[in-house]
Amino acid sequence: MSADELTRDLERAFPGDPGDLLRLHARLAAQAQRDGILDVAYRTVDSPVGPLLLAATEAGLVRVAFASEDLDAVVQDLADRISPRILAAPARLEAPARELDEYFTGLRRSFDLPLDWRLSAGFRRSVLSHLTEIGYGQTASYAAVARLAGNPKAVRAAATACATNPLPVIVPCHRVIYSDGRAGRYLGGAEAKRTLLTLEAAA
Amino acid sequence: MTGKQPFEAVVTRHGATVLRVCRAVLGPADADDAWSETFLSALRAYPDLPEGANVEAWLVTIAHRKAIDVTRAAARRAVPVAETPDDAASPSADGSGDGLDGELAAAVARLPAKQKQAVAYHYLAGLPYADIAGIVGGSADTVRRAAADGIATLRRTYQGTKHERTDS
Repeated sequence: MSADELTRDLERAFPGDPGDLLRLHARLAAQAQRDGILDVAYRTVDSPVGPLLLAATEAGLVRVAFASEDLDAVVQDLADRISPRILAAPARLEAPARELDEYFTGLRRSFDLPLDWRLSAGFRRSVLSHLTEIGYGQTASYAAVARLAGNPKAVRAAATACATNPLPVIVPCHRVIYSDGRAGRYLGGAEAKRTLLTLEAAA
Repeated sequence: MTGKQPFEAVVTRHGATVLRVCRAVLGPADADDAWSETFLSALRAYPDLPEGANVEAWLVTIAHRKAIDVTRAAARRAVPVAETPDDAASPSADGSGDGLDGELAAAVARLPAKQKQAVAYHYLAGLPYADIAGIVGGSADTVRRAAADGIATLRRTYQGTKHERTDS
């Protein structure tokens, strides 16, 4: 019996099968939540603009990411900027997932969720916090958003704030477009931005 | 700058190995609890783990301590009845299943604790003997001997059966 053969036999005798690990993972997530040591919980949901990653701290929803952002990189970024105590744990994201589903089926026009703004600061955060003033189905120009945020000259900075929105869809940066009516760039791609604007125009 | 990997990646990468080790050291009945306690403790301490630390050795160290806790708790709960080690470790009694895999599991269960740990941490977790000595105490040589003794016993009991079955 060689060492490799022995290891193979032992691995068969003491299995680490995926089904058991899924069950144990779910139990770990629940215990971590209960003990208050799950700093970031995340899950993915399907949507008309592709898979979305949702992440929440104890304080609230902290990140919404499009698949085009590379979801592994997004989770690593959350580990670096918030805490490495991160688990895929769908329970904490139940309300955001439900409200997004209602939004995408045209049944919801505004979100009623606790938000954790820690990934945005300064003028950018000020810009984003004013975006909810642009109602469902409406649009505003980058210049108008800069005015809302209290600095009419900072049009470029307002555009940057929208482009680095950590909570897209929920914080409606997709409603900010060029003055000439072009939709403009979007974190989730121009196509995703058009899809959201079309959805809101139709409802 | 990219720092420590998300804990989710730690569970994905090492979850199966830790479960195997817990099953080998404790048997199937207590392995789930030891796995859960291990990863819960690891999650709690994870922010303080130094960058570049050997994550697998760290997890096995925690699992080793948790296995001792679980064994002690089980001993406190146990009703003192006449029970031979062989009864406790037979395949049907420890629920590890029938057939060759069950026989090997039972043979491992009958090993003395030090041999069982040395075999599990070296052959299932892939840790060098020096690392295992750091976890269980003693020197790399005593651990190497414990593993060799354990393997010799496994060869005598399990390997014999395996060949008889294969030949027939």
